[in-house]
Amino acid sequence: MSHSERSDIFLLDAERTTWHDETLWFVREKRDKAVYATPEFQELRQLASDIKDHTLSRLDFYLQQFEENARRNGVHVHWAVDAAEHNAIVLGLLRQHGATRVVKSKSMLTEECHLNPHLLANGIEVIDTDLGERIIQLREEAPSHVVLPAIHLKKEDVGDTFHKYLGTEKGNNDPQQLTETARQHLREKFLAGQVAISGVNFAVAETGTVVVCTNEGNADLGVNLAQVHIACMGMEKLIPRLSDLSVFTRILTRSATGQPITTYTSHFTRPAEGKELHIVIVDNGRTQQLGRPDFRASLKCIRCGACMNTCPVYRRSGGHSYDFTIPGPIGAILSPNIDMRKHASLPFASTLCGSCTDVCPVKIDIHTQLYKWRQVLGEAGKLPTSKKWSMRLLSRVLAKPGMYSAGGKVARQALRLLPHGLTHGQGYNPWAIARELPAPPQQSFREWYAQQPQNDKA
Amino acid sequence: MKVALFVPCYVDQFYPQVAIASLQLLEKLGVRAHFPKQQTCCGQPMANSGCEQDAKPVYHNFVDAFQDYDYVVGPAGSCVYHVRKHFNIIEQTPAVQHVRTNTLELFDFIINVLGITEIPGSFPHKVGLHLSCHGQRGLHQANESEMTPVRDGQLRRLLSGMQGLELTELTRNDECCGFGGTFCVSEAGISARMGQDRVQDHVRNGTQVLTGGDMSCLMHLEGIVRRQKLPVHVLHAAEILNGVIIG
Ligand code: SF4
Repeated sequence: MSHSERSDIFLLDAERTTWHDETLWFVREKRDKAVYATPEFQELRQLASDIKDHTLSRLDFYLQQFEENARRNGVHVHWAVDAAEHNAIVLGLLRQHGATRVVKSKSMLTEECHLNPHLLANGIEVIDTDLGERIIQLREEAPSHVVLPAIHLKKEDVGDTFHKYLGTEKGNNDPQQLTETARQHLREKFLAGQVAISGVNFAVAETGTVVVCTNEGNADLGVNLAQVHIACMGMEKLIPRLSDLSVFTRILTRSATGQPITTYTSHFTRPAEGKELHIVIVDNGRTQQLGRPDFRASLKCIRCGACMNTCPVYRRSGGHSYDFTIPGPIGAILSPNIDMRKHASLPFASTLCGSCTDVCPVKIDIHTQLYKWRQVLGEAGKLPTSKKWSMRLLSRVLAKPGMYSAGGKVARQALRLLPHGLTHGQGYNPWAIARELPAPPQQSFREWYAQQPQNDKA
Repeated sequence: MKVALFVPCYVDQFYPQVAIASLQLLEKLGVRAHFPKQQTCCGQPMANSGCEQDAKPVYHNFVDAFQDYDYVVGPAGSCVYHVRKHFNIIEQTPAVQHVRTNTLELFDFIINVLGITEIPGSFPHKVGLHLSCHGQRGLHQANESEMTPVRDGQLRRLLSGMQGLELTELTRNDECCGFGGTFCVSEAGISARMGQDRVQDHVRNGTQVLTGGDMSCLMHLEGIVRRQKLPVHVLHAAEILNGVIIG
């Protein structure tokens, strides 16, 4: 299914679409308030962008520096070339410790690698401890947003889910009570967790530290209770120095939720006495993207989700319409790198309005890259055949002024003479589903112009 | 100063009155613009669909048509943006470079080249301004809401100088209308929904006349207004500034 087909399903529920759009727009407005109140925000953006560009230009160096420093701190560092290897490493570590119960804090990388199903299939209980993530885990759904994984659900949906899985009263949709239920439920899981898995927001090469940002403190609780901590990171998460971190912590939540800073910014540098810290560094297509000059900048993404909140298409189609771990405008750049055919429609799921580019705190030229992907997909023959041929035909006509004006005349005539039902057939004219075609005038401008006595007709 | 009027294909065919208004407006401001009839289209529909290689002959035709003029002026920010930004894939001959840098959106030309910031006239209606994304974010004709809270833009200033004209304050100042060229066909459902939401924002806030500098967005919004039979007139800003009277 293409993005537009999946969107059409979402759009069927007009009221939910409105609600989804307004909820995310509200988050975008919170972001605006926080950003307008930070006069140096554009400078911070430039700085963040420069730091990331620099890091990506010497990624090999910083990865090695990071690894050396982490090892020196007593951390075990593992390298995974793809999702399968990542999952195998994590499972191997769990087996080694005889662990069967894992608590995990939100990590888009482990989603990308489909770690949960892999562990479950191998007899390991894995519990997502971020509230939103836990809700969708119970429902066996994928996150629909990188920061707000359950934003597509209303409180009634959560009430139903908790009634079904956690035994709350039917029809109890009170957010306070539902949260309390989740807290009690998760507490048990935290206490029983033998291994804690976390994502990584930033990895500091200079110190070998991984930094995890959460609002619920769930990563800290998991890590501190468990014997073993496995931190899984994409290799683009590097930043050179500890002093660079403040630039990112200042832009991350302002862009994401409008908060000045995340509630918990935890630094993990070395394992606690008698415990173990493992870091798994994953490539999974990132080197390939690094090698595509037009799309390299997409690796600067810090997963704040601002481009999703601002994207008018995302807000009205929901994250699942993208059918990719990272939805929205940035997901539409990252996905064709992984599978061009499967995700060929995503770079077209944009009006190229540019709002994503303007909102992005690390200055990724998102809409320019979407435009470029369209060309790459066109060249690679990944466009629907009808589109390809109609565009070729259109080019022929538009390159020949005579053909164009004659064709325009015929089309206008036809539009005027044919019955409305025929020109506005919804089955074959998508424009007509919600819109009237422009009323064709008697004369085109060029015809009018040629008739004006004062105009030079040559 | 030799000025050419660039009339995008859909304006030529469906909105001749917009091109006429642009021509007459320029004339009132002391500029006699020519319409080179070799022109057809800027090639944006093909390029946005992922077929920019196919669009190359159209780009060349555009350059041939306009290379002898000092300025190329068009009432459509989106097409102008396309010429300026995306004609980078053909050989950058002096003619191509000249055309790229000197193709301007109508109000950019009026304000920045002619240096005119006020046009006398009266239009006693409640007017809603649709900022086109390509004009605003692409050509920087107004400040993006992502960047700073300042809302002012060139066209807004020109319009608010007209007697009796009251501008609508929108709930979402610069949300995209959902036209997006071929997006309106390939993602028809979302495009329609975005357009409906955009029109609603105007209706809710009292817009009687919906206007803007980019006829492509206006074509899409007009189609929705007419389908829903809403009491809103859709006019290009050139028509308003040229003194159109609505009855
Ligand atoms: S692309 Fe930019 S705006 Fe979007 S999630 Fe990444 S950092 Fe945030």
